Amino acid sequence: MKIQKFYAVAGFIFGLMLSSQSFAASATLDKIKSSGALTMGVRESSIPMSYTTGDSRFDGYHVEICRMILSDIREKLGMSTLRINYQPVTSQNRVPLVQNGTVDIECGTTTNNTARAKDVGFANTLYVEEVRIAVRANSGITSISQLAGKKVATTTGTTSVQLLRKHEKANGINFDEVYGKDHADSFLLLESGRADAFVMDGSILAGNIANSKNPKDFKIVGEVLATEPIAIMVPKNDPEFKAAVNAAIAKIVANGKMPGLWNKWFLSPIPPKNIVVGLELSPATKNAWANLNDKPAEDYNKK
Amino acid sequence: MALDLGVFCKSTLDGEAVEHCFSSIFGLGQNADPSYLDWLMKSWGWTLAVAALGLALALILGALMGTLRTLPNNGRTSRLLVRFSTTWVELFRNIPVLVQVFLWYHVIPAFVPPLKALPSYWLVSIALGIFTSARIAEQVRAGIQSLPSGQRAAATALGLTTTQTYRYVILPMALRIVLPPLTSESMNVIKNSSVAFAVSVPELTLFAMQAQEETSHGVEIYLAVTALYALSAFAVNRVMTLIEKRSRIPGFIAASSDANLAH
Repeated sequence: MKIQKFYAVAGFIFGLMLSSQSFAASATLDKIKSSGALTMGVRESSIPMSYTTGDSRFDGYHVEICRMILSDIREKLGMSTLRINYQPVTSQNRVPLVQNGTVDIECGTTTNNTARAKDVGFANTLYVEEVRIAVRANSGITSISQLAGKKVATTTGTTSVQLLRKHEKANGINFDEVYGKDHADSFLLLESGRADAFVMDGSILAGNIANSKNPKDFKIVGEVLATEPIAIMVPKNDPEFKAAVNAAIAKIVANGKMPGLWNKWFLSPIPPKNIVVGLELSPATKNAWANLNDKPAEDYNKK
Repeated sequence: MALDLGVFCKSTLDGEAVEHCFSSIFGLGQNADPSYLDWLMKSWGWTLAVAALGLALALILGALMGTLRTLPNNGRTSRLLVRFSTTWVELFRNIPVLVQVFLWYHVIPAFVPPLKALPSYWLVSIALGIFTSARIAEQVRAGIQSLPSGQRAAATALGLTTTQTYRYVILPMALRIVLPPLTSESMNVIKNSSVAFAVSVPELTLFAMQAQEETSHGVEIYLAVTALYALSAFAVNRVMTLIEKRSRIPGFIAASSDANLAH
């Protein structure tokens, strides 16, 4: 408890130092100060990370963390109110929108990798994704080795497509890939029997299964195919803003808020349909909280 | 902004540059990793295949339905056929093409199980073909109805049956008249084939969405895809113009407009 308090105080002082010295050089912070508003990039249907609860309201694990970060930044800037404009983004347009300044902070499900890090910045990772396989419960499939020659669904515009190709090449096997245009579409392919498996991030699989007509008909099986850090995206050429975001993250972690947030979004009923995603906290995510860092996915898969 | 075309020579597996840009298609590098250029060419092939299949279906069905809509009102069968073809046209041109693709992919196979065995590019081609056939049918009908009524009367006077009238008198003239609008329609099929990405046909649009995500060189990828779409559509345009020139009969169309004046 004492140590946590120390961290909180340290984080706060660090933040104060930042606010007095270098905030003037940050384009994003200047914009927030002068306009009193900021644009947050969110996803429409990435349950439970970032999604709409109807009526243009957005919520989720990353969205709530972002709101905490922004209220911290608002306090540091000495502002009484900060208006947050929500801008829905897709897998295809999220990087360009952050690059051109339409979106100031993206709180969705973006993998931090070196290719993207050339264009945008990433805050410290608070969620480590594991790529898994979802199958129909009665299919008898328990491992990726049983998928040779079978139909494997994945979503266009995600890193899983490349992951499957690499796996095919490395093991000399062949999948019959089918591509959904979004996650709901890919899940429909699995549900309707057009695909035998759906390879995707564990949280997305769990969210789609929880949302389906009969969640008991599906299960997540097999080994972890890849580990990827999912991080909050910020503009690239604004280290002061990134530092402010990271300082706020350090404060949230130091205050011991993370386990509660995990319980709220992954293990309890969430709006709007009161479903339970049911994804246990993984050791990889726990490790990311303990050692805050912004390492890209490439560093995670080096073995 | 500087374009980095080197992205097309990178391996689709690890993003490293490969020895031959065309590594796997022409068998230059045995067992080499495919490059993004290989993938681009492959997806272009899918676009052309889906469009060609759809166009063939559209031309056959469109010409047939357009002809049926103009049948003379002389008997129960022909009245039924007119009604059938009118329903066909009104139904399929009033549903957006993407919705039709989803209907053929998700809905109809649920009722007709054998369709589930068909590969998805067939289902897209059917949807695209039927959608375009409704539009072509209207053009063919317009072409037939633009002919002076004297043509049909003359055929009847010669003692030709309805089938013979269409085969030897009406269609040879009407189809030549509608060639220019058919050209645009054929080019539209190429462009509309981009909806196939939605049902997991690995064609150009799907390539663009996936490759720009993997390489974060969206500008180069989209420029290449745009160029290939434009090139394909333009090639169709040239072929149709050639057909138009070759099939032209001097005085044919002019004669019919003279006849119009005489009326």
